[in-house]
Amino acid sequence: MRGILKLAYKLLVNDKAKFTALLVGITFAVFLMIAMTSLFAGVLKRASATVINLGASMWIMDPSVQTVANTIGMPDYVLDAARSIQGVNYAVPVYSGGALVKLADGGYQSVTVVGLDDTSLFGRPQLMQGKIEDIYGENAFIVVKDPEFSKLGNPSVGTEFELNEHRGVIVGIAQVASSGLFGVPTLYTTYERALQYIPNPRFTISYVLVKPKSPADVPNIKREVQALGYLALTEDEFMGKISDFYMFQTGLGMNLLIMTVMSFIVGLSISGQTFYTFVLENLEKFGALKAMGAKSHELILMILFQASFTALTGYGLGIGLCALTIALAKLRLPDYAAMITYWNLGLAFVMVVIIAAVSSYFGVRKVLRIEPFDIFRG
Amino acid sequence: MADVAIKASGIVKWFGQGEARTQALRDVSLEAYLGEMLYIVGPSGSGKTTLLSVLSGILRPDSGSVSVEGADIWNLGSDKLADFRLHKIGFVFQDYHLFPRLTTAENVAVPLILKRTDWSDAIVEAKKYLDIVGLKGRADLPPVKLSGGEQQRVAIARAIVGQPDILIMDEPTASLDGDTGHAVVGFVKNNILNEKRCILIVTHDARINEFATRILKMEDGRLTGFEKGGTE
Repeated sequence: MRGILKLAYKLLVNDKAKFTALLVGITFAVFLMIAMTSLFAGVLKRASATVINLGASMWIMDPSVQTVANTIGMPDYVLDAARSIQGVNYAVPVYSGGALVKLADGGYQSVTVVGLDDTSLFGRPQLMQGKIEDIYGENAFIVVKDPEFSKLGNPSVGTEFELNEHRGVIVGIAQVASSGLFGVPTLYTTYERALQYIPNPRFTISYVLVKPKSPADVPNIKREVQALGYLALTEDEFMGKISDFYMFQTGLGMNLLIMTVMSFIVGLSISGQTFYTFVLENLEKFGALKAMGAKSHELILMILFQASFTALTGYGLGIGLCALTIALAKLRLPDYAAMITYWNLGLAFVMVVIIAAVSSYFGVRKVLRIEPFDIFRG
Repeated sequence: MADVAIKASGIVKWFGQGEARTQALRDVSLEAYLGEMLYIVGPSGSGKTTLLSVLSGILRPDSGSVSVEGADIWNLGSDKLADFRLHKIGFVFQDYHLFPRLTTAENVAVPLILKRTDWSDAIVEAKKYLDIVGLKGRADLPPVKLSGGEQQRVAIARAIVGQPDILIMDEPTASLDGDTGHAVVGFVKNNILNEKRCILIVTHDARINEFATRILKMEDGRLTGFEKGGTE
């Protein structure tokens, strides 16, 4: 059987023009499909950056919250109630909001301010410079060194700025797992200082971060929080809710879906047509093989092998090209959000398999219909 | 008397339907023997190629039987019939049908590959047969680099590499000039034909008649007699 596959391989790759056209078609389609879906995956991950970076097991929020960025303040009793729920190990408040920073050069820059629980500093970032206890110092802020860092003028420990006409000073530089979606720098401070510096409505707690005693306590905590009129979600559920918002309630998901489907159709059209032409051009040869004694299933195997080999090679090239493009893009645009995930790769693989299946289906049909007698008749 | 290679009895074949229905073969019976080079000649449309296809297990007749080694090949299932063609028949097509993207040796090796011979062994064997047909040193060239006569020889090497009992040649000189055609068929007669092989040739070319053991005439789907050898 290996000999027959080698024969199929040589017939395919020795026709360099057709093989190149096939590879270009599939590579281009895979590149586009992965580029689109990886961009979407990157956007979704960044949309959940605060959730990822704070790392809480459970989040309590107003039921109307759709993304982590659009917070709705909750009264203090929610925190107290959460702490009294059976199965809660601990619960802390967190503040998340936007503010304007006035830089030393007189310019303004939007920032995200995260106010950590003063007592526990739960969700604190990993410090690259400075000490975490310095966050309790006067006017202290920790800045995240991410792609947006330079927008604050590349501050160092001791750099001063103004935030709502309050003096602020950088006491540490930190790193986090994920950068935010909206292209603004992030400052960490204590919960109380965040409330002092940023004007707020009556209710100030953005989220209550909960650590259950065990995973088995999660359903009970959810029920109790729901009874209060609020919503408790696990970390994954919250990220899922954020993803759903961007996917179904903004144009982003639909636009990327359309682009992905178009990439698939382009790939299918180019590859399907080229492969069909390849089979048509070799039809007499397949007929000759049939006359010589090749069985139908062997001819089918040859065609499936040719289609699969082309599809998988194009798949690999497409992934490589996309990874290279993303890497190059990130060199020039640190904010570029694309991220190749197993999900992207799986989706593209399924689509490539469909392209190979459809392409080979028409080829197989044609080859099965060719009669060796037609070869004799010319 | 030599052994019978193929025995056909009462072969009838129709093509088309309704008013376009025509009878291509009308109760054709013949025997071909091992060690002979049997020509089937006749005007275009007389049914020569159809008969060749029926005899070689390619085209199923509407009635009649074709026996090889005492067994009716048209009672075989499609896979068995393919195996019969692979092991018993060698084909030299009118247009050769060589694979332009394979080397000459790889083209010759195709029947062996279909028989599941290891690729490298098949190439070695193919090169031996290229030597036999006088194409030593051409093994690694693509067929398009060869002349018409050389391509015909490659097709012959491919047809005999599996050592078939029956060699089928359809218009073997149609694409060759007179001298080359004459030389190729002479080569087949002198080097390929042996007492364990039967060669069936369909041809229009009277210039190669000298090589035939017998020549059967066909007209309008019937065998009308012998032009050479045999009796009416």
